[in-house]
Amino acid sequence: MKQPLIAPIVEAVRSGKTTAVAQVTEAIARAEKAKDFNAIISMTTDRALERARMIDERVARGETTGRLLGVPFIAKDNFLTFGGETTAASTMLKGFMAPYQSTAIERLEAEGAICIGKANLDAFAHGGSTENSDFGPTLNPHDKSRVPGGSSGGSAASVALSIVPFALGTDTGGSIRLPASYCGVVGFKPTYGRVSRFGVVAMASSTDTIGPLATTVADAALVLECMAGLDARDSTSLPKPLETVAITNAPKALRIGVIKECMGEGIDPMTRQVVEAKIADFKAAGHSVETVSIPSTELALAVYYVVVPAEISSNLARFDGIRFGYSAKDAESLQETYEKSRSAGFNTENKRRIMIGNYVLSSGYYDAYYKRAQTVRTIIMKEYTAAFAKYDVLLSPVAPTAAFALGAKADPLAMYMVDVMTVGPSLAGLPAISVPLEVGKELPVGLQIIGAAGHDALVLQVAAHAEAA
Amino acid sequence: MAMIDDYEPTIGIECHVQLATATKLFSGADNDARDAAPNTTVSPICFGLPGVLPVLNTQAVQLAIRAGIALNAEVNLFSAFERKHYFYPDLPLGYQITQLERPVIGAGIVEVPLRDGSTFPVRLHHAHLESDAGKLTHPEGADYSLVDLNRAGTPLIEIVSEPDMHTSEQAKAYAQELYLRMVYAKVTHGNLFHGNMRFDVNISIAKKGATELGTRAEIKNLNSFKSVEKVVEYEFKRQCALLEKGETVVQETRGWNEPKQKTFTQRSKEDAHDYRYFPDADLPPIQLTQEEVDAVAKAMAPALPSSIRQRLLAKSVSAKSIATLFLYPLLLDRVLAVEQLSSDDILKQIIDILINVLPPELEKEATPPLPDSGYLPEPAALVTLIKLVNDSTINGSNAKELLRQSWKDLTDPAAIAEKLGFIQDNDEDALAALVDALLADPIAEQSVNDYKAGNQRAMGFFVGQLMKRSGGKANPALAQKIIKQRLG
Repeated sequence: MKQPLIAPIVEAVRSGKTTAVAQVTEAIARAEKAKDFNAIISMTTDRALERARMIDERVARGETTGRLLGVPFIAKDNFLTFGGETTAASTMLKGFMAPYQSTAIERLEAEGAICIGKANLDAFAHGGSTENSDFGPTLNPHDKSRVPGGSSGGSAASVALSIVPFALGTDTGGSIRLPASYCGVVGFKPTYGRVSRFGVVAMASSTDTIGPLATTVADAALVLECMAGLDARDSTSLPKPLETVAITNAPKALRIGVIKECMGEGIDPMTRQVVEAKIADFKAAGHSVETVSIPSTELALAVYYVVVPAEISSNLARFDGIRFGYSAKDAESLQETYEKSRSAGFNTENKRRIMIGNYVLSSGYYDAYYKRAQTVRTIIMKEYTAAFAKYDVLLSPVAPTAAFALGAKADPLAMYMVDVMTVGPSLAGLPAISVPLEVGKELPVGLQIIGAAGHDALVLQVAAHAEAA
Repeated sequence: MAMIDDYEPTIGIECHVQLATATKLFSGADNDARDAAPNTTVSPICFGLPGVLPVLNTQAVQLAIRAGIALNAEVNLFSAFERKHYFYPDLPLGYQITQLERPVIGAGIVEVPLRDGSTFPVRLHHAHLESDAGKLTHPEGADYSLVDLNRAGTPLIEIVSEPDMHTSEQAKAYAQELYLRMVYAKVTHGNLFHGNMRFDVNISIAKKGATELGTRAEIKNLNSFKSVEKVVEYEFKRQCALLEKGETVVQETRGWNEPKQKTFTQRSKEDAHDYRYFPDADLPPIQLTQEEVDAVAKAMAPALPSSIRQRLLAKSVSAKSIATLFLYPLLLDRVLAVEQLSSDDILKQIIDILINVLPPELEKEATPPLPDSGYLPEPAALVTLIKLVNDSTINGSNAKELLRQSWKDLTDPAAIAEKLGFIQDNDEDALAALVDALLADPIAEQSVNDYKAGNQRAMGFFVGQLMKRSGGKANPALAQKIIKQRLG
């Protein structure tokens, strides 16, 4: 288990050993110093300092409640926040000032957390490397020639660069877990519906989730607890509350399944080696470990890249250049307003996904693509359900390799392949975490721990005892 | 060569009903935008801002259940929302949230009454819940259009009929029957002028007896029963003329030009959208229980047109009067209110005077009856008016005239009667003098002879003359009594 970073900060703010203003000022300075990595799109300095002063005044009056009192954090720039622009890293939303904040941000602020900036991402979260950002790529903190993973690359890098103790990300098919793995931080994707999606720029409504990236599992668990819960503004938010996360208690003897299809060909030897070493640790600790087959793992990627673009094409329809966002100034007609605004506002990957989505939903192709993909999605869910009847958690690498070089995956299909191990749990709505493994001087590699739907607490507990001390 | 008489139209109607909810279908924004400035009854959801999510209005679901029951249709216990995509400035999300595969209301049969008292069945294919779009206006001469999103997100149910109608009279009667049922189930305010109900008419023609239907045209956005009727008549002639000339009917969407009484091309099939329907993952399915639906049905039963009909028949109100009342829901509404506070005799008198006086007045109004207009007489005022007749303060024909003149403001019938000089003269001696004068007048001679010969109709002449001579103030019953005495 790793010692948490957040609780000591809260304790220090509460006891007056430090102030929220000092925490925020230092974090802003660290962000400034790490500018080369391009992890952050914009800083919300004024509002952060104002909130910090307010918190310090409260503490001076003896009001010291708040589980995240005075803790600075960074939110992926697809969370709607006050204090600056919300761009989703897209030209389409440059200059957009949110008139309301996302539920996740509101809940963190209610606990005393302070958002100091907005992290870089693939525009509209379309990508696995943060190279698709309209604000330029983020660089990997461990090797500037490599990608940080994506789409929450800026969030993962911000935590890896120790700018903030935690950051917020979104995960639709691996967008928290993959950058966590590539940057060597903890990244947790909760059960679908665990955290309200209200106020987050939608990518794919049926798989979008919100979660923390942090240095330790304990920190991630704390942030999750602060954000989780039913929200009247999101009809898909879960009514059943999150179980208490018993991080410090060692898990009971677990039945662990290692997903066979994720340990076969195409796995980098280094990745295989560190994952297998961790599996050996689990066995040594007295847990039962078996290999389990999720036969449709291979199909999950194909299903994902039908269902998700379909939802993307729909969710991005509102960006029409009329009410907000990028609007072509030289358009002569309504049709031209649409065409020119959307052509210039969206980037190549956005447009690729919109076109795939429209194609798979169009009459004549709907049955062959969208409907069939949903049928297979049901089969994938059933396979996971069957596996969780026998196992408490499932293990796999997060990705077949460690972080790849910038520009290495110019072929979109090669880029999509990076998601092969993370999209299954997304389609099934399962909680899954990326925990950094022991790699010595090598590039970081993450272990994926997947739980049954609703069992977020167990996944976090297992992860806390799996993370390198 | 074929004649127009050889053809028969086949008509199906889609009817959009705006639900009378307090807030919109998926947001907390006010659903009543009648007097609101443009874009004031909107929320971030109506505006389609990033990050907003729809949250289903449960009141809309309750009204949909009521609609299903009132339509004599299946209420589906499981239904779900889908997105229908197209780009237009009045559609902020770029898609309409609607129901396609699993609508909340399934098949049903509506028995539609015709003027002659007979009925005919129209099968319903289904009815679904959906959100309305905003409104676009194109200012004269401007190089821009204006978008008003007040209506965006208003809950609608769309009632889709099978093509079971074959005359303009049937089409109009069906539209009226839907109106009646939706208003009486309190599903909608039913204000046609404000577009609370809008009709799309699908019409094709074929030779009588043909097994295959012709190519149809859809005439969209009609907001009066009369226009439904006129559209069917116009389209029937237009399509017949095309076929007679050896041309074909084009499958297309047409509009209705009210001033010119003509339909016109709006969009041909080639321009039809591919709506790319698919399930809306932001909204969980609607799940109802049979108990819930049964409870609504039970509570609604007394207000359903069929039970009202039975109740009034039991009070010996004539079937013809009831049929007339149903054609004017506003009047029926008043009658039902009166039912609560008066005897059956007074109720019947009120029904008689209302259906005698008001239908022609309502027909004169620019738009069809407005149930929420509030300017119809209060039930208590109607009871007072009838009591003035029953206690001989005014006579029956003056009561009618009084209602005709003051139906929009009948707060104090007695004062109005006074003002109009309708207070009856119940002085028997004065009236007797008038009777004697009349009977002595040569113009009465023929009628006196007729009466004496047993012709009762002559009495009408005498009373009419006396009313005239008394300036309408004579008490007709008293006059009859005196005449009978005089003529023995």
